[in-house]
Amino acid sequence: MGMNMTEKILAMHAGHEKVSAGQLVTCKLDMVLANDVTAPPSFKEFEKIGGPVFDNKKIALVPDHFTPNKDIKSAGLAKTVREFADKHSIVNYFEVGRGGIEHVILPEMGIVAPGMLTIGADSHTCTYGALGGFSTGVGTTDLAVALATGEAWFKVPETIKVELTGTKPHNITGKDVILTLIGMIGVDGALYKAIEFSGEGISSLSMDDRLTISNMAIEAGGKNGIFPVDEVTLAYIKDRIKKSYTVVEPDTDAKYCQIIKINLSDLVPVVAFPHLPGNTKKVSEIENIKIDQVVIGSCTNGRIEDMKIAAAIMKNRSVYKDVRCIVIPGSQWVYKESIKRGYVDIFVDAGAAVSTPTCGPCLGAHMGILAAGEKCVSTTNRNFRGRMGHVDSEVYLSGPQVAAASAVLGRIAQPDDLQ
Amino acid sequence: MISEGKAWRYGDNIDTDVIIPARYLNTFDPKELALHCMVDIDKTFAQKVCLGDIIVGGKNFGCGSSREHAPVAIKASGVPVVIADSFARIFYRNGINIGLPLLEIGSNVEKIKADDRLKIDTATGKIENITTGDIFYAHPLPGFVNDIAKAGGLINYIKEKKSNA
Repeated sequence: MGMNMTEKILAMHAGHEKVSAGQLVTCKLDMVLANDVTAPPSFKEFEKIGGPVFDNKKIALVPDHFTPNKDIKSAGLAKTVREFADKHSIVNYFEVGRGGIEHVILPEMGIVAPGMLTIGADSHTCTYGALGGFSTGVGTTDLAVALATGEAWFKVPETIKVELTGTKPHNITGKDVILTLIGMIGVDGALYKAIEFSGEGISSLSMDDRLTISNMAIEAGGKNGIFPVDEVTLAYIKDRIKKSYTVVEPDTDAKYCQIIKINLSDLVPVVAFPHLPGNTKKVSEIENIKIDQVVIGSCTNGRIEDMKIAAAIMKNRSVYKDVRCIVIPGSQWVYKESIKRGYVDIFVDAGAAVSTPTCGPCLGAHMGILAAGEKCVSTTNRNFRGRMGHVDSEVYLSGPQVAAASAVLGRIAQPDDLQ
Repeated sequence: MISEGKAWRYGDNIDTDVIIPARYLNTFDPKELALHCMVDIDKTFAQKVCLGDIIVGGKNFGCGSSREHAPVAIKASGVPVVIADSFARIFYRNGINIGLPLLEIGSNVEKIKADDRLKIDTATGKIENITTGDIFYAHPLPGFVNDIAKAGGLINYIKEKKSNA
């Protein structure tokens, strides 16, 4: 029996010729990531182990959650990260104004590559599966040990194969693909499992689509969400990745615990209703739901294509009078590019507020907190109870095209409703 | 370790945002986190939980964020063990890594009701529902994951390994 992509990457990094589902392995890590929420407690644990960091070039520290700092306590957290980065000469430290949201900048800057094994103290670290690497989220203790030893333990997961056929229609985004999948299998449908995407439908997905899809593998309970490396991947990484990398392909006789088929041609815009990413409904079947806020951004949908899609819809239109629309480019590069291409003008002219990169509203940290009873359409990744503010507020997850159309119409809508 | 306490019963998909909301993540002081534990789903928990009480959830307990603040908040509340049908993956790792035993018992969890009195032996995984008389055994931890749990968490485990090397 051959190995699938996840098994191959774990085997490579564990120094084994072969691994199979259920096996416990200790792997060498290529990249270790943390942010301003998770890094500071891990430094405390790291000190208990003692010694230097395992490799100052294989650690990325990105203050992005409570930044620009929202209060004195969070300023203290960011300061701790800054001082650690300085003390240990961390190469990949990205200060506010020089980076952006961790999962947007690591692929964008060529820090993660195909075949790499990355762990991050942030659950959406699974994003880098889009590039054909194994990446997964861990907590602060795993992170502390990784900083010291460059290693982490894993149970080799069983893998679900998601076969994508057909071609993605023009009004569909990566977000619709992943929300549809989570709607099918539920928020624990991939619990303790890997998700491997395959099929000819992948070629119609852009890199930004794939990053969005892999980002939300965790919302199905998945350990990772991995894509094969194709021409689209190679074109994306060509000028970004300077180091050598390994393209991993699944064996033809690789084992999968489940096969799920999705025909991309059949997809329609969907939203996830409160309070789970798996509560998906087709936008066309939704009754009039009046909204108070729209957020376009985050590590899920804060990339240039998301800005492009939203700008195309908001051009020469206005945000509905009763709605606040917050647009957050995910990185300094996305921000600058959005200015250059005229997207920021379009957003501002439409009456949206455009912010510097931050995770702020996604986790209810700051900027865009909801009051009791308020409803928000958001391109972020979670809509748990109280996620974006008051426990009696509601978050509806969508792609950027649905979010932008909803901002204009003041209710949950899709671009077709604007005609 | 044997512990005894009352069951705080919750449903499926208890996420890390309700265990400890993001607005309290600007600290990682366990005592401060414990003050807000479960606040968005159960305002009474933080005030009324007693040392030794046990949290019992349904499927996918701890889904969502990687924030270790969530199991830390539970442990700091005096809860010695969490029982669920199943746990979300990162939460499960985090629990083992910080020395908070997490016992998976599948659908047997439905036989535990709120306020039932439970007696638990985390070494053997034996769960005794004193109120109903039911006895369950949790799925055992595999290989070195059990060693990590026995060492009281990953940091102790790594330190032990270092000193034995």
